[in-house]
Amino acid sequence: MTDYRQKYKMTPVVGWLLQDRGGMILLLILIAAAILVPAGNLLVPEGSALHVPTWMLSLLGKYLCYALLALSVDLIWGFCGILSLGHGAFFALGGYSMGMYLMRQIGDRGVYGDPILPDFMVFLNWKELPWYWYGFDMFWFAIVMAMFVPGLLAFVFGFLAFRSRVTGVYLSIITQAMTYALLLAFFRNDMGFGGNNGLTDFKDLLGFSLQSDGTRAGLFVASCVFLGLCYIVARGITQSRLGKVLIAIRDAESRVRFTGYRVEYYKLFVFTVSAVMAGIAGALYVPQVGIINPGEFAPALSIEIVIWVAVGGRGTLYGAVLGAFIVNYAKTFFTGVMPDFWLFFLGGLFIAVTLFLPKGVIGAIPAFGSADRQSLLTSWRKRRADEGGKA
Amino acid sequence: MRKGIFSVLRRSPFAVCTARNMAARMMGVVACVVMLATVAPDMAQAFSDEELRNIAEQLDDNSATKKVAVIEKMAADGDPRVAPILKAMLDGDLYVRDSDEHVVIATKKGKVFTHIDIVSGEVAGESSSKELSKIKVNNRLRGALRDALATLNLFSPDINVRTAAVEQIMDARDPAMLPLLLRAIEREEDETLLARMQLAEATMALAAGETTDERLAAIAVLASETTPQIRAVLSQFVASAEAEGYQPEVVEAAKDALSSVERRLSTWQTVGDVYRGISLGSVLLLAAVGLAITFGVMGVINMAHGEMIMIGAYTTFVVQQALAPFLPSGSAWSLAISVPAAFLVAGAVGVVIERCVIRFLYGRPLETLLATWGVSLALQQAIRSIFGATNQQVTAPDFMSGAIEFSTGLVLTYNRLWIILFSVIVVAGIAGVLRYTAFGLQMRAVTQNRRMAGSVGIRTGYVDALTFGLGSGIAGIAGVALSQISNVSPNLGQTYIIDSFMVVVFGGVGNLWGTVLGAFSLGIVNKFLEPVAGAVLAKIFVLIALILFIQKRPKGLFALKGRAVEA
Repeated sequence: MTDYRQKYKMTPVVGWLLQDRGGMILLLILIAAAILVPAGNLLVPEGSALHVPTWMLSLLGKYLCYALLALSVDLIWGFCGILSLGHGAFFALGGYSMGMYLMRQIGDRGVYGDPILPDFMVFLNWKELPWYWYGFDMFWFAIVMAMFVPGLLAFVFGFLAFRSRVTGVYLSIITQAMTYALLLAFFRNDMGFGGNNGLTDFKDLLGFSLQSDGTRAGLFVASCVFLGLCYIVARGITQSRLGKVLIAIRDAESRVRFTGYRVEYYKLFVFTVSAVMAGIAGALYVPQVGIINPGEFAPALSIEIVIWVAVGGRGTLYGAVLGAFIVNYAKTFFTGVMPDFWLFFLGGLFIAVTLFLPKGVIGAIPAFGSADRQSLLTSWRKRRADEGGKA
Repeated sequence: MRKGIFSVLRRSPFAVCTARNMAARMMGVVACVVMLATVAPDMAQAFSDEELRNIAEQLDDNSATKKVAVIEKMAADGDPRVAPILKAMLDGDLYVRDSDEHVVIATKKGKVFTHIDIVSGEVAGESSSKELSKIKVNNRLRGALRDALATLNLFSPDINVRTAAVEQIMDARDPAMLPLLLRAIEREEDETLLARMQLAEATMALAAGETTDERLAAIAVLASETTPQIRAVLSQFVASAEAEGYQPEVVEAAKDALSSVERRLSTWQTVGDVYRGISLGSVLLLAAVGLAITFGVMGVINMAHGEMIMIGAYTTFVVQQALAPFLPSGSAWSLAISVPAAFLVAGAVGVVIERCVIRFLYGRPLETLLATWGVSLALQQAIRSIFGATNQQVTAPDFMSGAIEFSTGLVLTYNRLWIILFSVIVVAGIAGVLRYTAFGLQMRAVTQNRRMAGSVGIRTGYVDALTFGLGSGIAGIAGVALSQISNVSPNLGQTYIIDSFMVVVFGGVGNLWGTVLGAFSLGIVNKFLEPVAGAVLAKIFVLIALILFIQKRPKGLFALKGRAVEA
């Protein structure tokens, strides 16, 4: 451990990146993917064995967004013990910000041809744009909002929850209540976010048509870049002194508090950062799938994110990315081949991973039994011994 | 009935009528069919037999204008025997018998016409069509006949028809109906209906009254009533009284009457809201109480709890299907058998889940949450694969259908009342088990201090399994109740699970009364917000209020007191 801190002082970023084998592999794969996949799509002619079809490009881009979302959950669950069952809300809020920008970009090309109002507002007989839609015709504003709105919600929510020491299952439940309340709210037509249908029929982003292969490739590259950046940020947080406090909070919150740390501020910080990451994931997701609707707020989806992290390996960051890819590929596969089987598989996965793979897929690979994983494992063992089988 | 509908359909396209008149006429026609079957002889009769026969014979006239006059004369008197005659005339079934020049109603059976005497209403011979000459009707006459029939409803021997007629008059408030209504009041014997009629008279007198005294008298009658209808009448009157500058005391009296009616109505509204809140609360309570028990003892939220409810509901369905050949539809027995069956099935599933999954995850509540979520997904899909994704129909037994209705607009449906009662019984049963049985004692011991309970020889693992079985079994019972009021579908559990969490988190762990109080307060708050904000917004407000409440009391309303400190 001391070895870490020495290196960290001398060469801040490179030092811990070199130490982080899984992270290096992840970043290398991301760089390779960001170059090869768009090249395979745009440069390699169709029919060639190396050609990447556009649907696969979009699918992979979607997975990258999910991976970023999983990363944000792992940051708080794996390193701070906050099990949020409402992270889908931050993802969806980021998505709605981007969706509002894309909606404004449609301009007079909508069905009703209104230059200002989106179609659904014309349909609802609205005369004016609601105030909260102002500014979303500017790209930078939408991007800022995609990070600011989830961040603000997480800050307020976290401030209230952590200050009153709402922890464990109670926190999980109220995060679920939060996303459920938002689900109900966004379903309402009066909210001005398209109600049940959400926002869709997007045309272009920054003047580039969303249907063109080039734009899709660009979005894919952006997803790779943001996933890489967020990974580095998350890794940086967990490797810093602050990160050590977070891990301590995860393992023994009261002891950290008794040692004089303001636990709630640490939690609040990491919760907000995580929400911002989820918002970015949502903003990248929406132009690639072409729709955002209130269904993204569903509590069931938020719980599913947690299983991505658990499958990959909690508390490793790169494990979360891996888990998101594994589960979502399985989902694509099963819902295509035998849709009835998918829920059995997902349910079984939840049970099997919690029972047999508490460290996830990554934990099952011996080469990745890093120092961090050790501490997680020992803390679990210790706690079980400590409490004689009761939380 | 069918005949009645068709006769309306046969109306001339030229006759203009409003929907209300149409409805009134339909009622009239229906009433006549009823009357043909049961003529009450004790009804006050305005015509003597001879008069009736004579006046009916005047219908056989060539001039339509004269016929209309006769029809109006017959109807205006309110004799109950007139309605069948007019009805028959409308249907073209009124004939003059050539042999004795008597007017008869004749219905065709094959080639033979059966004659019914218009005075006695009894069968008075048969003949072929040759011996009868039809009393002709044209469209103008048909219109007059229908109008006459509508007013005659007020004098129908069937009290339901009369009541409907009075309600129509109340709604229409047509001053022209006043003389007829006054005559109906004279003859009415049923006291409830008489009161209704007087009220109707007062509403019309208010509109038609010309002197201050008449108006004040009418207002006094109206002020004693508590229905939304009267509120509308009064507020309409207040508006017109102010506009047309009636005497100040009339305006004052009307305003006073209006505000007193409104006050009483709002009290009833509150009573209704409380009732609906209790009704919702009892549903929440049933759904959440099993969850509260497992959460209290084991410290884990069982995400598959909703699916236990669903299994209970499907058990009800299966029991009903299995017993269908032996029991008449609407029998209460299948429901009575479903309750223990659902308890056993869901309880058994719960014990299996505990033994196979949860027992390996003690001390890791968050992982248990995920694993039970997995179980819930698998159970949902299993039910979907077995029974299909569509809703299944569970028929309610007879004693659960219907409602008690108050004139103030309050409706208490029997199924809701039974569910309230049922939830009280279930909670009392659980409280009894917890308080008076050895298992209950052990369970409470484990809830309060697991290690100490273990130290004094309680097999905590065994208690866990049984507790989980009990909680799941109760969820199964809840499923039986919910199958009566909502759709039995694979998603049934999902609709209740979040609400159940909220109740448990709000009420606090390890305290049954916390859950009871939590369920009822959430239900009532929800129903009080609903009229103000709408159903969805009310729910959102409740959720936000809960999130804020948790800040104040992180362990719910009734937290376990003790020296336990989280890690």
